[in-house]
Amino acid sequence: MADDIGLMAHLMRRAGFGASRVELEARAAKGYDATVEELLNPEEHGCQRADVHTLLRYQPASLLPGGQPPMGNVNWMFNLVNTGRPLEEKMALFWHQVFATGNSKVDNYDQLLEQIQLFRDKGMGNYRELLLALSKNPTMLFWLDNNENHKTAVNENWGRELLELFSLGVGNYTEVDVREASRAFTGWTFEAKIPRLPYGRYPWHFKYMPEDHDDSEKTFLGRTGNLNGEDIIDIIVQEEACHRFIARHVYNFFVADEPQVPAWQIEPPRDAAAIDAMATSFRESGCEMKAMLRTMFTSDFFKNARYNKIKSPAELVVSTLRTVGGEELPRPGYGREISMQPTYMGQDLLNPPSVEGWHTGAEWINSGSLMSRINFAADMFGNSGRPGVQDIISRLKAQGSLTPDQLVDGCLDLMGPLEVGHETRQELLEQAQTGGNLSWDDENAEQRVMEILQLIVAMREYQFN
Amino acid sequence: MAKDPVLVVLQLSGGNDYLNTVVPYANSLYWDNRTSINIPEDQVVQLDDKVGFNPSMAPLKAFYDEGKMAIMHGVGYANSPRSHFRSMDIWHTCEPEKVGTEGWLGRVIRDIDPNKENVVTGVSFGQSMFRAMALAGVPVACVSGSLETYGMLPGIEQQKREKILQRFAKAYSPVMGQGEVMDYLGQTGLDSLTGADILKVAPEKYSSTVAYPDTKLGQRLRGVSQIHNAEVGTRIFYLDHGPYDTHAGQLSAHKQLWSEVAAAVPAFFDDLREQGNADNVVMLMFTEFGRRVRDNGSGTDHGAGGVSFVIGDAVKGGQYGEYPSMKAQDLVQGDLNPNMDFRSVYTTLLEDWMKLDAKSIVNGTFEKPAFINN
Repeated sequence: MADDIGLMAHLMRRAGFGASRVELEARAAKGYDATVEELLNPEEHGCQRADVHTLLRYQPASLLPGGQPPMGNVNWMFNLVNTGRPLEEKMALFWHQVFATGNSKVDNYDQLLEQIQLFRDKGMGNYRELLLALSKNPTMLFWLDNNENHKTAVNENWGRELLELFSLGVGNYTEVDVREASRAFTGWTFEAKIPRLPYGRYPWHFKYMPEDHDDSEKTFLGRTGNLNGEDIIDIIVQEEACHRFIARHVYNFFVADEPQVPAWQIEPPRDAAAIDAMATSFRESGCEMKAMLRTMFTSDFFKNARYNKIKSPAELVVSTLRTVGGEELPRPGYGREISMQPTYMGQDLLNPPSVEGWHTGAEWINSGSLMSRINFAADMFGNSGRPGVQDIISRLKAQGSLTPDQLVDGCLDLMGPLEVGHETRQELLEQAQTGGNLSWDDENAEQRVMEILQLIVAMREYQFN
Repeated sequence: MAKDPVLVVLQLSGGNDYLNTVVPYANSLYWDNRTSINIPEDQVVQLDDKVGFNPSMAPLKAFYDEGKMAIMHGVGYANSPRSHFRSMDIWHTCEPEKVGTEGWLGRVIRDIDPNKENVVTGVSFGQSMFRAMALAGVPVACVSGSLETYGMLPGIEQQKREKILQRFAKAYSPVMGQGEVMDYLGQTGLDSLTGADILKVAPEKYSSTVAYPDTKLGQRLRGVSQIHNAEVGTRIFYLDHGPYDTHAGQLSAHKQLWSEVAAAVPAFFDDLREQGNADNVVMLMFTEFGRRVRDNGSGTDHGAGGVSFVIGDAVKGGQYGEYPSMKAQDLVQGDLNPNMDFRSVYTTLLEDWMKLDAKSIVNGTFEKPAFINN
């Protein structure tokens, strides 16, 4: 049972954003494979998304947030913390990292949130359908200038990034393919924006303009014909390079850190067999994301990959909040105090630094971001009013008075279970020993527990997922 | 005793358009290629009878007129991949052939401070650390917010905090065999503890009458000035600005970006002069590539050769290298063929300004344009 909890905690950290002990116990009782199926098919199990009406009631400005932070961040953070479909939301975060679009240019969180909703709706579905929807997504069209890609004046931005970053990877196409793909997407644009004043923002809609489409012959990846954008996507999704590229992205996000994307054409995957297995499920299912995810989550390479990945700022913030609780309602101040936290740690959600998304893995960590991560988590665990903190305290109380060893091990267990090195445990133990045995009659008892929790989240081990 | 030279690197991220930055207004090929995205001749801020600045850069012309700005023409490297990611990596690591992970400034910091005695030898301003400064075991202080609130575990009660920070330091101390990422985290934790103690004094020591523009760049350059003024031994500062990826809507976006630079950079140098410490600061402004010669109707696509700038009292102002030919037969896939290797610019900065051996830093020997006064 103990290791069932450990394995379930691992699954929920990776396929979601962690879970409370109560939730872990309930899931462990259902079993691992059943939990994977529930995560993959949340709608069939009655799992609900975060309640949009709550958001409307408490933070109405976050539904159509316009161009300024933090209201767009409020919207997504509320969903991340409160969704009952953790994998669906995690996949939205995954696609946001791969198909990175940002407010620095789009200047419109309304449209960015609509794109995140697309990832929620289709992110675990068929990749071809997702890519096609993405090619028609106004936010993406604008971000990569396909609205400026004309029959008479080709703009390569979308065509290039589609191949380099979204489907094949450098080395699997030529400069000519970039040009031809770009020509095939001429005329794919969105309905002209009505000027913002005096009526405010107006939703963007995909529009195909046949008169602006280059209708002549093109040759793309060896196929010649009067290709349109949809044909380009149909050709891409048959490429083995595409299956492997997407598999590697998924592996990099869920299992273990790969080198940064530009090195992929040179450096082989760290676990070639894993990529093979994932790419095979993907291909054989006709590019179904669920098939690949199922193969991955039920594999030994996934189950054995505990605490080997640095948490992204979003993962750190959301998992901390889901553990300490108390963020079911987006109260006043939620914007700066909660929803912008990943930004302070180097991951400004809905506004990645460029079309390549964020540099991940150990590159999340520098002396400034580490400080922000530690300070945020320590603040959260230093608040005895948080229901998750209270739950840890009451579960410890149920064990009676505690020796310093029991106090440290109890806290580590309820925080994960979190595995720490000998030296880390030694420092925690010495801290616990300064107060001797912990008696719940002592008026400082809760304070002492929180000090241990704060020291735990300041430790290196807490940075791993 | 001569003051130690300091280098400030300002990265213009996204691929700044060379042709509309230093405009070759006298060249008819400019007008042939830039039918939509051009700077009208009467708006060009002329530097000579061939080229001139984009009008939004007008405040920067004073540096040029005073002989304190070197314009480096046609900078780049062979076989531009036209990918932001890859191209920025090449500039950061000096590895155009293979994928490198060691930043050139990481090597600089290592050479300046081989025993890691000062964790603030390199300071980076931004939400993430730049690959240019990354090198295993080399500390870099990263400031993401304001210097005033920089510190570890400020929420813990003061009398307990000291003890907690001691435990923190012990738990982060390196132990053999924990693996590369744990070691990196350990060192970063210790460095941030030390760095915060050093850097938090900088705002207290600083006062200035210079008003910086209320932009992120302005505020970050003010932070650079505060740290430089505090004399804590920082030799490398790194900042970025952007995005310069102007595929569409270029004319207004490009103007806005350069207006911000042209407001913040002169304020920074004015401030340094007021503090009396401008003489040992040189600034490099670079971008990962220039943009395509022919415009696409609303902007410009990814290109190759670009322009870099070096500014400072120690700089021998003027124009270096040649503007690459815009003749169709000289273009490489529609792009300017770079005629000055970016590592040449680095080499001069390293040898003539930082007084370091450049060869091991830039991975080879390159021509050395003489843009530093000696």
